[in-house]
Amino acid sequence: MAHKIVRKRKLAHLVHEFVIEAPLIAEHAKPGHFIVVRIHEKGERIPLTIADTYKDDGTFKMIVRAVGKSTYELCMMKEEDELLDVVGPLGKPSEIENYGRVLLIGGGVGIATLHPIAKALYEAGNEIYSILGGRSKEYVIMEEDFKKYGEVLVTTDDGSYGMKGLVTDGMEHLVKEKSLNFDVAWAVGPTVMMKFAAFKGKELGIPKMWVSLNPIMVDGTGMCGACRVTVGGEIKFACVDGPEFDGYQVEWDEIIRRMNQYKEREKIALERFLEKVGDVSWL
Amino acid sequence: MALKIPPKKTPMKEQPPEERRKNFFEVALGYTPEEAIAEAQRCLTCPTKPCVKGCPVHIDIPTFIKHIKQGDFQGAIDTIKLYNNLPAACGRVCPQENQCESQCVVGRIPGSEPVAIGRLERFVADWEAEQGEVKLPEIKEKKGKKVAVVGAGPSGLTAAADLAKLGYDVTVFEAFHKPGGVLVYGIPEFRLPKKIVEREVEYIKKLGVKIVTNAVVGKTIPVDELLNEYDAVFIGVGAGAPKFIGVPGTNLNGVYSASEFLTRVNLMKAYLFPEYDTPVTVGKKVAVIGAGNTAMDAARTALRAGAEKVMIVYRRTEKEMPARLEEYHHAVEEGVEFHWLRQPIEYVGDENGNVIGVKCAVMKLGKPDDSGRRRPVPTGEEDFLEADMVIEAVGQQAQRILLDEFPQLERNKWGYIEADLETGATSVKGVFAGGDIVTGAATVIEAMGAGKKAAKAIDRYLSGEWNPWND
Ligand SMILES: Cc1cc2nc3c(=O)[nH]c(=O)nc-3n(C[C@H](O)[C@H](O)[C@H](O)COP(=O)(O)OP(=O)(O)OC[C@H]3O[C@@H](n4cnc5c(N)ncnc54)[C@H](O)[C@@H]3O)c2cc1C
Ligand code: SF4
Ligand code: FES
Repeated sequence: MAHKIVRKRKLAHLVHEFVIEAPLIAEHAKPGHFIVVRIHEKGERIPLTIADTYKDDGTFKMIVRAVGKSTYELCMMKEEDELLDVVGPLGKPSEIENYGRVLLIGGGVGIATLHPIAKALYEAGNEIYSILGGRSKEYVIMEEDFKKYGEVLVTTDDGSYGMKGLVTDGMEHLVKEKSLNFDVAWAVGPTVMMKFAAFKGKELGIPKMWVSLNPIMVDGTGMCGACRVTVGGEIKFACVDGPEFDGYQVEWDEIIRRMNQYKEREKIALERFLEKVGDVSWL
Repeated sequence: MALKIPPKKTPMKEQPPEERRKNFFEVALGYTPEEAIAEAQRCLTCPTKPCVKGCPVHIDIPTFIKHIKQGDFQGAIDTIKLYNNLPAACGRVCPQENQCESQCVVGRIPGSEPVAIGRLERFVADWEAEQGEVKLPEIKEKKGKKVAVVGAGPSGLTAAADLAKLGYDVTVFEAFHKPGGVLVYGIPEFRLPKKIVEREVEYIKKLGVKIVTNAVVGKTIPVDELLNEYDAVFIGVGAGAPKFIGVPGTNLNGVYSASEFLTRVNLMKAYLFPEYDTPVTVGKKVAVIGAGNTAMDAARTALRAGAEKVMIVYRRTEKEMPARLEEYHHAVEEGVEFHWLRQPIEYVGDENGNVIGVKCAVMKLGKPDDSGRRRPVPTGEEDFLEADMVIEAVGQQAQRILLDEFPQLERNKWGYIEADLETGATSVKGVFAGGDIVTGAATVIEAMGAGKKAAKAIDRYLSGEWNPWND
């Protein structure tokens, strides 16, 4: 069954928001879940996180950043176009409870993944502080959404908006200058950001930090082991044991290395694709 | 017996090894009608039908072969389809040497090979497909009862087809985007062309079975909903999860499970990258760990995908190897190297974390273990095999995604579903299971056999004749 793109909107250069028709996913998805998309018959299986669900009209939201051939192709699709396969919700949901005071750290499109978690933690009665980081102003998405749940601190690499610096500088600011103690934290964003957020969180004495890993996946259902990561010295399959893990226990360098496995091939695929489709500066 | 039975099976044409090792086309090319009739004439039509006893789904072998002898290919395929809904696949991948053909009377004659039952099955199934319209069997009047099947592998598809023929409304839920189970993501194109699997799946759809892909039961469809909405459920989710030996270096770049490698190549067609989007990086020197059928498939696939040298690394010897002899011979002919009595103890990587070789303990055979095979024991020596890709094919385990969401369902000590082997009945009322998820990794035909038995039991249960849960 094909899945219609009901709405699509550009959030930033190469970052697009989609609302997809998928009643079963809308009905059953919980915060932390992800989906796997295949655009067409020759497409690969692309894991993407669910940014929001709309049970009433049977749709869900996802935010995609064009990085490789498949995500470029996805971002070039239009409203009313159809995705060939959408499967999910996959993975284990986030552990939502009333922890007390929670710190949420989001970077880039990871902010979208963090959104349903923020909402659920808010509804569970937590006091929420969010740090949203981006390269520049344009890449800090969903700020208004997060403001609904608590205080938001924005950081940008170039200082074009909010505090100049990285999310770790933001963490330092909240914990040291504002003297806030956190009971738990979530960090979702580029792997390198999560790695440093985890180091910083440990240093600052935050008792636990969840991270949402996005290693290379094939099936997303525990049948291949492509997504294996080492957590606490044990091999885990991110698609069925995660994608959320204790950030203090993750072997970060291994993940970062494994994520680069197909870099050269991905480059070839993207170059060939861009040659074929021409100018994509509008994307 | 004064009959002159040619002692050897009528040979089947194959692509020559030096050609086929470079392409993904089917290795074995099938019989012509003349060859099929010649082979059928080797059958004695034994009234006691010993071969049938060797067949897990009890195909009436002498009868279908008799039809072939008479040139009545339609009669032959109709006979097979009374028992087997996937004949073109089974004719290709069944281990006939352990099943029907192992019981064949002709094979007992000294110096003589059994009748080539598998090749004949394949021939008539392919013949029917060439005729265009495939004949549909009789479908019983609708019973107005709904059965859900979880997993579109051989066990699920067989249960679904048999239940549809009996008049049930059957819906199959499949997690992947394509139905077929191991037939599409595991067994390579050159042994079982995917067109054939698609054809067999089309046939099952024509029987009225509804197949819903991208439906992960336990996730997309919660277990409770399934139990509420359907009168009975059959679970055939397979043993798809890969096992890793767990030696240091398992997470180096270039180390794969056979499941991942074969899924990338077979299901996602990574060998056609970049026309297809899924990549796979095949090394120049590939070490495949293990010597079962999956290992042979991975090794032969790696050759075809461009590896210069492919080595099978196995901790026992040729004699203990679990692979089918035929597949082993094919692998040898194609140039796969075999390193016996080598147990990997570490995958060694370079400074960038790419695998560069396998450190092995050199083994020797000691006393027999539980399986009756001699246990490999370390000699104390070590050996190093250079490899820029390692594929582990050391076994599978239960597919967890459904089981994790279905705690009421009892499992056995290996983590598989506890089910009655005769009926498939599980600990949960109205829920049946069969195939690899009950037995552990086995064969296509055994999974089908389990699906058939369960279909019969589900029919008896739903018509009120039998209820093992007694309430
Ligand atoms: C590489 C390889 C080569 C083999 N070669 C041979 C051979 O030559 N001959 C032979 O006889 N046997 C062979 N086998 C073994 C044989 O394929 C299996 O025994 C057989 O396929 C088992 O069938 P099944 O129906 O139990 O499970 P599977 O074929 O594993 O099918 C299970 C299906 O269930 C789906 N599924 C899992 N979880 C869910 C869920 N929660 N919701 C929905 N769907 C789900 C899976 O995606 C899959 O499609 C081979 C196996 C492998 C791996
Ligand atoms: S045992 Fe062999 S010879 Fe006898 S009926 Fe079966 S196939 Fe024919
Ligand atoms: S993606 Fe295949 S096991 Fe996780």
